[in-house]
Amino acid sequence: ALGGQARAEGERTEELLEPNTWEEVTSYCNFYEFGTGKGDPSKYADRMTIEPWSVTIDGLVEKPGEYSFDQILGEMTLEERIYRFRCVEAWSMVVPWQGFELADLLNLAEVQDGAKYVAFETLYRPAEMPGTVYKVLDWPYREGLRLDEAMHPLTIMATGIFGKPLPNQNGAPLRLVVPWKYGFKSIKSVVRITLTDAEPPTSWNMANPREYGFYSNVNPDVSHPRWSQATERRIGGGLFARRRPTLMFNGYEDEVAALYEDMDLSEYF
Amino acid sequence: MELANQLLRRLPVWAVYLLGALPAPWLFYLGLTGGLGVEPVRALEHEYGELALQLLILTLAISPLRRLLGLNLMKFRRAVGLLCFFYVLCHLLVWLLLDVQIPGQILTDIAKRPYITIGMGAFVLMLPLALTSNNLSVRKLGRTWSRLHRLTYGAAVFGAVHFVMLAKGFQIEPLIYLGLVLCLLALRLAGSRWLRQLSGALVSGRT
Repeated sequence: ALGGQARAEGERTEELLEPNTWEEVTSYCNFYEFGTGKGDPSKYADRMTIEPWSVTIDGLVEKPGEYSFDQILGEMTLEERIYRFRCVEAWSMVVPWQGFELADLLNLAEVQDGAKYVAFETLYRPAEMPGTVYKVLDWPYREGLRLDEAMHPLTIMATGIFGKPLPNQNGAPLRLVVPWKYGFKSIKSVVRITLTDAEPPTSWNMANPREYGFYSNVNPDVSHPRWSQATERRIGGGLFARRRPTLMFNGYEDEVAALYEDMDLSEYF
Repeated sequence: MELANQLLRRLPVWAVYLLGALPAPWLFYLGLTGGLGVEPVRALEHEYGELALQLLILTLAISPLRRLLGLNLMKFRRAVGLLCFFYVLCHLLVWLLLDVQIPGQILTDIAKRPYITIGMGAFVLMLPLALTSNNLSVRKLGRTWSRLHRLTYGAAVFGAVHFVMLAKGFQIEPLIYLGLVLCLLALRLAGSRWLRQLSGALVSGRT
């Protein structure tokens, strides 16, 4: 019932959302494995081999193993989701994704009762990733979700944008998208998904726990220590665009606030 | 080096002002027309800030370049310093008017966010330098003028630290700038007393 309701809400907001352009979405990316400049991923990510691709699903699941990308696609139903995308750096976009619900993939591997968290890992292949020469972060890039967040119907694994396969710089061939969290939670080019009973270590949190929490829900009331999160700049507005107010949970409050009912969101930021 | 110095002597200072100032309107034009990518505000802010830092390093390098390599750029030092201030001003204006936009938040940012506090500190240190960069002030202030202009060292350290502090993760580029500033300051320190004594000792030892 919750799933149906969430989708209806999602559709209502989608009508108001004007997607960004292909150029905007594919030329302005953070994918530090290819460099820290916003243009680096679109310049260098084509060096990444994405065929063949498989995702190892392990940990607390009944059917652990290597799932090939084609095998996964064969089992999943793709649908379009137009989501707001809010970066922790206070810029935002609207992206038309294609993908499937992460819950469907996790159900395929059959999550065991004891699992409480899901850990994700990005491909780490230094020969194809010039940015990994520098220890900007502790590679491979890692992210994580609580199991109920991972099973939420808004949480998807994306395989495409604008009706086309994901470009490498956007996390080909398969990436997570969690629309109510800051963009860095939506880990790209996923090669491993591990179900665990303890909160997994996550890259930005390891690099700077004061600035990047495990939850990292979009929240206009909780500042990043170095900048305010109250407003954001929508990419594509040009030099004179006004900032717009950032929405609680990036505008998905009705759908996800219940996940955090008893939590102090400034403590679990 | 003689040839370089001779050519430089023929280059009028006004040309340095002109060439140095040109990137400002050019970058602004690029920002307006898509040449700085899809997020021009941040890009413009960054370009102006980085140019200011590069010019600041150049002003610090001018006297060691003459002392160590014999390259004489002294005639242009004021121009380079003022151009640096000009880009700091551009950087600050882009931040105020195009980036933050909300006057109330600007004051909070300056007070609450250390990298902005330090950036503003660099700007404040540069103000008296820019205001006294004229012949009248040099004459009126005499020895005080050169002492006052040592504020450049503080501004350079603050500016470079500002860049280091705003980087996400462990990034090399801002650290290179900070390293250059610290090296140039160390050269000055060394050049003033210690190095002279040392080279003096070496020379007398050899004879």
